[in-house]
Amino acid sequence: MGKTLFEKVWDAHVVTQDPGAPAVLYIDAHLIHEVTSPQAFGMLRERGLKAHRPERTFATMDHAIPTRSLDMALWPSDAATQVRTLRENCEDFGITLWDIEGDVQGIVHVVGPEMGVTQPGMTIVCGDSHTSTHGAFGALAFGIGTSEVAHVLATQCLLQHKPKTFAINVEGELGFGVTAKDVILAIIAKNGAAGGTGYVFEYRGSAIRKMSMANRMTICNMSIEGGARAGMIAPDETTFEYIKGRPYAPKGEEWDRAVAYWRTLVSDAGAAFDRELTLDGSKLEPMVTYGTNPGQGVPVTGCIPMPDELDDAAQRRSLFSALEYMGLKPGQPMEGQPVDIVFIGSCTNGRIEDLREAAKLVQGKRVADSVQALVVPGSKAVKAQAEKEGLDRIFSEAGFEWRGAGCSMCLAMNEDKAGAGKYVASTSNRNFQGRQGPGARSLLMSPIMAAAAAVNGRVVDVRDMLN
Amino acid sequence: MEPIQKLTARAVPLRAENVDTDQIIPARFLTAVTKEGMGDGLFYSWRYTREGEPKPDFMLNDPAYAGAEILIAGRNFGSGSSREHAVWALTDYGFRCVITPGFADIFYNNSLKNGLLLAPLPEDAVNMLLDLVEEDPTTVIEVDLERQTVTLPDGQEHHFEIDPFRKMCLLQGVDDLGYLQSKAEAVAVHEARSPY
Ligand code: SF4
Repeated sequence: MGKTLFEKVWDAHVVTQDPGAPAVLYIDAHLIHEVTSPQAFGMLRERGLKAHRPERTFATMDHAIPTRSLDMALWPSDAATQVRTLRENCEDFGITLWDIEGDVQGIVHVVGPEMGVTQPGMTIVCGDSHTSTHGAFGALAFGIGTSEVAHVLATQCLLQHKPKTFAINVEGELGFGVTAKDVILAIIAKNGAAGGTGYVFEYRGSAIRKMSMANRMTICNMSIEGGARAGMIAPDETTFEYIKGRPYAPKGEEWDRAVAYWRTLVSDAGAAFDRELTLDGSKLEPMVTYGTNPGQGVPVTGCIPMPDELDDAAQRRSLFSALEYMGLKPGQPMEGQPVDIVFIGSCTNGRIEDLREAAKLVQGKRVADSVQALVVPGSKAVKAQAEKEGLDRIFSEAGFEWRGAGCSMCLAMNEDKAGAGKYVASTSNRNFQGRQGPGARSLLMSPIMAAAAAVNGRVVDVRDMLN
Repeated sequence: MEPIQKLTARAVPLRAENVDTDQIIPARFLTAVTKEGMGDGLFYSWRYTREGEPKPDFMLNDPAYAGAEILIAGRNFGSGSSREHAVWALTDYGFRCVITPGFADIFYNNSLKNGLLLAPLPEDAVNMLLDLVEEDPTTVIEVDLERQTVTLPDGQEHHFEIDPFRKMCLLQGVDDLGYLQSKAEAVAVHEARSPY
């Protein structure tokens, strides 16, 4: 019997395994940021340990940093403390830091791939659940807790149980106006927010093969919203093309050797998955979430479910509490729902491709008077590229705020918070209660759907604007 | 890490599914660079009004449940962000065990690494426990890690699963780091043959 992509990468990284114990898994690349790393360095210091391979850990600043100004004198003191602590820790332990003062900084899951650190066949971890993003390159990438950050720093290894495998096949041609974001929201709506618990997803099928790396990253990014710690896509020419020439990519002969190996990283024809799900891509529509977990989503042309359409009591209870928080009603159509804030950005949809699509839609239009809209590029490189292409002007002229790179209103750790009761059309990945600010109500959607909501002041079917 | 063998304590019922780590500890409490005092932010938005007043109808604010060390909640507990702060908030507040029908993966791992015992039970059993402690907050529950059981005052016993390795770590109070360090030789062999 053949092996799946996941099994190939897993097997190549098991250092040793005692009977009855989890595997000791080797980690090739480790990304850290200012929020989940300080206590890990604390643990190393407590035990007098050094970093085992400091050149395999890369640090940046994204979660807490303000996106209006890089002048730390103007920042809240706790964000500044975290940034200073990270600088000190990187200095003391010899770790590469992509600082806000340099030109590489950005959201850790945008910057890693941009720098070519993310490569097929690697194991990649970060103290952040959206590390699943890097699986788009055929890496096994997953989020870890702070204790595990310390384990990787000290030993370059983790103790891990082998997850099960789950093939998600998306076949066919995506309809007009239907994006990668809609595909992943549809998968989660169908399979549930916990449906992937204990599994690693492998996204396959003709719709996935046709996608750009940016779109594949959007899909893998939200694997965690579907309950899976990791999601993978087999590398192919699109992947190699993306990596080639990036700062940390292999060069010369090494490149040829690497690509030859990477080509073997596909699930074998006879490989068996523990579970499988198939979606017809041509039947998908733009999606919007109405609830407080990412599985609570419907096509934009659809309505919020009625409680009696749901199978079990727990799901109904979940629906009631979600709708109470969201101020929405069962059976209500999604189209026409007013929005107060539009947020375009995050590690899900803060890449140049996302900004291009959104800019195309708002060009020559105005953000509705009732709406505050902001665009937060995923990295300094995305920002610079967008400015080169004049996207910043298109957004500014339409009435969007144009910000510096970071997580921003995706998790509202900095001052970018949506007010209580406000509806946020957001391209990020989580619609949890209070995620975008205490009391804020998130409606997750694609960048073009969010851009359309900004212009109309309410949720609309973007396909009506594209015609 | 403190070894855990058995816990005999009262419990707080939290009737909610998909309790995500943003609810357990909102992002604005993640700005600390140490673990201390994290319990102050536990369930902050559910515990306090926007003005910072305790909400009387939230279970943790009910004096009848003060000092309880077990938390009982709905399925898919700990979903979302990988923040270990969620576990630190629970343990700093005084919880030593969480009972639900199921936990999200990263949260599960983080908890056991911090000596927070997780006991997954079938949904029916969890619902019954919720009823029981809602009705009588003085109910004392016994969680026995060695035997992998949750026992009610009337002697009713429920079995829970835990990975044998994790169980051993909790019983002995040992953590992963020491174990990983002992594998240095095997790591060196791997490094010598790995392309990365
Ligand atoms: S953009 Fe949002 S989801 Fe992504 S790393 Fe930042 S906070 Fe996490």
